[in-house]
Amino acid sequence: MGVATYIKDEKDAVKEVILQSGIKIKPVYTPEDLERVGFDYNTDLGEPGEFPFTRSIHPLGYRSRTWTTRQYTGFGTPEETNERFKLMISHGQTGLNVAFDLPTQMGYDSDDPMAEGEVGRVGMAIDSLRDFEIAFRDIKLNRIGSGLTINAVASIMLAMYQTVAEKFGYKKTEISATPQNDILKEIVGRGAWIYPVEPAVRLIGDTIEYSMKELPRCNPVSVCGYHIRESGCTPVQEISYAFMIAFAYIDNVVARGYKAEDFVGRFSFNLNIFGNLWETVSKFRAARKLWAKLLRERYSVRDDKSLFLRGIFGGGGSGMTKQQPENNIMRGAYYALAAALSGAQTTALCSFDEAYTIPTERAALLSLRTFQILMDEIGLRDTVDPLAGSYFIETVTREMEEKILEEMEKVEKMGGMVEAVSSGYVQREVARQAYEFERMLQEGKVIKVGVNKYTEGVDMEVELHEYNEESAQLQIKRLKELRNERDNSAVSKSLGALRKAAEDKKNVMPFLVDCCRSYATVGEMANVFREVFGEYIEPGIF
Amino acid sequence: MTERKIRVILAKPGLDGHDRGAKVVAHALREAGMEVLYTGLHQTVPGIVNQAIQEDVDVIGFSIMSGAHIPICRKLMDILKKENINDKLIVVGGVIPNKDIQVLKDMGVDGVFPGGTKFNEIVGFIRDNAVR
Repeated sequence: MGVATYIKDEKDAVKEVILQSGIKIKPVYTPEDLERVGFDYNTDLGEPGEFPFTRSIHPLGYRSRTWTTRQYTGFGTPEETNERFKLMISHGQTGLNVAFDLPTQMGYDSDDPMAEGEVGRVGMAIDSLRDFEIAFRDIKLNRIGSGLTINAVASIMLAMYQTVAEKFGYKKTEISATPQNDILKEIVGRGAWIYPVEPAVRLIGDTIEYSMKELPRCNPVSVCGYHIRESGCTPVQEISYAFMIAFAYIDNVVARGYKAEDFVGRFSFNLNIFGNLWETVSKFRAARKLWAKLLRERYSVRDDKSLFLRGIFGGGGSGMTKQQPENNIMRGAYYALAAALSGAQTTALCSFDEAYTIPTERAALLSLRTFQILMDEIGLRDTVDPLAGSYFIETVTREMEEKILEEMEKVEKMGGMVEAVSSGYVQREVARQAYEFERMLQEGKVIKVGVNKYTEGVDMEVELHEYNEESAQLQIKRLKELRNERDNSAVSKSLGALRKAAEDKKNVMPFLVDCCRSYATVGEMANVFREVFGEYIEPGIF
Repeated sequence: MTERKIRVILAKPGLDGHDRGAKVVAHALREAGMEVLYTGLHQTVPGIVNQAIQEDVDVIGFSIMSGAHIPICRKLMDILKKENINDKLIVVGGVIPNKDIQVLKDMGVDGVFPGGTKFNEIVGFIRDNAVR
């Protein structure tokens, strides 16, 4: 949702439009508006591929390279997920976006009592390297990049990805993985946190430092404004909070004696698309520009490539509705259009059945086809940044930029994102926005087709992806076999070394790689950290 | 005698961390004059029941977005039966497909509110049905 508010007069004509970010939209824009906001082609835009990259990070945009499509995929056992991966690749998908089940995301093995009822439900279950060997079988890991949607235990999964690739005969220098690895956004918005803020941020620092040295093609962090927006914040707050989170991770690594320039080019972002089209496009253009400017000002980053705001801009689940679910197919298409007009390098869509369940094969393929139609059929590859120079878009892009900076300033005054999250400020702010928005929706002040307007019609029954209890049992059985078959003394030894490294605040990544090689389980590794670091406690926010 | 406020425990059982809905509903119930205890994330079902007993609530509300509503609610109903607790209104919200609503009601859940349910429907149901 997250659309603009339309205030109408008696004739039902639009009297006033206010974007969710608080910007008022005028009925007509002219060159005078550009003058009013002080627009200048060279400083505000520049050529595509040139600082400040408002237009694009590549000189030729999609003409030189189309976007990477990465539908979020994973369920049940590693075998089932491997089948779906291959299917999507055979249909032209160019990257993977791996969904893990909740026990894996939370660092519990499939046979842990906490995992009951959840094994393989919202993603695939991964207990050990043995499961990765199945999940990535026959996937060319030197050619297909993988987004790993995992955060609290992202360090473990990155180590496991390296281990599986080496086992398959690839060099660690040729694999490309993007673990999501953004714990601050989990605390604000998605809830899959385990450890207290300080050691959790340190683990992220470890993955960045390790990638710098060992995994040159991996992007160790994908900062997710996406989930904060899903939790209710405005588009402006989404960018502001994402940037402040990124700064927190940069600062952790800079404190280890590195220059931001050496690693920040590996940061990527995961940002959200739904709601008002113009606000969305302006948001991305403003964000690309601001990120480059702020990195120059704050961290003296000079290298152009390190200033790129790269990432996945994906169609958000919050925009999808349970009512009249087929409408979500059209919504997805418009979100994909917004992504293309914004110059997204990588994209994904929530599928039309996603308000019900994880996507069926049919729904996932429809999303993929949506992207292909845009690029191959209707001309979104033709020219770079087609909306540039629009009186309207350039004015709103400038206004968004100002608002993003204002919002960042609020967090800055609190001492940065670690403090603003520890105190619960950001969580409170997001919850407040979510409530306000829901209230406006229920009062009909914002329109959602099929929900509070044009509600007549058939609510088709959605074909649901069914949870397979037998897959869960199979996964548990296999885990028990693994515990009997592996060299348990090697496991204890590697876990002992991991514990020592965690206690000594050493970079834990090489130790995690050793643990993975010995077939230690995700739960065993995560529990070492639980014992050394403790667990996060939510601040009361009401 | 002043009427005691309706007391609600709003819980996030299991590993699912999506709490936007739970927080929005907590806010709405509070605006409607109820006392709301929000448990926070990653709670176990027995832990929630214990807290519900200690806090002497009238209503137990579960918010579940992961699709695990059936096993989680079955566990809740088993514990309530075993402990002989039958004075609490049980309501569940979240990502719940239409076909599962009756399954949950047959299990003994009093009210099921899928995403998008209006605040006044939830508030009205609780006011009409909470045993005090």
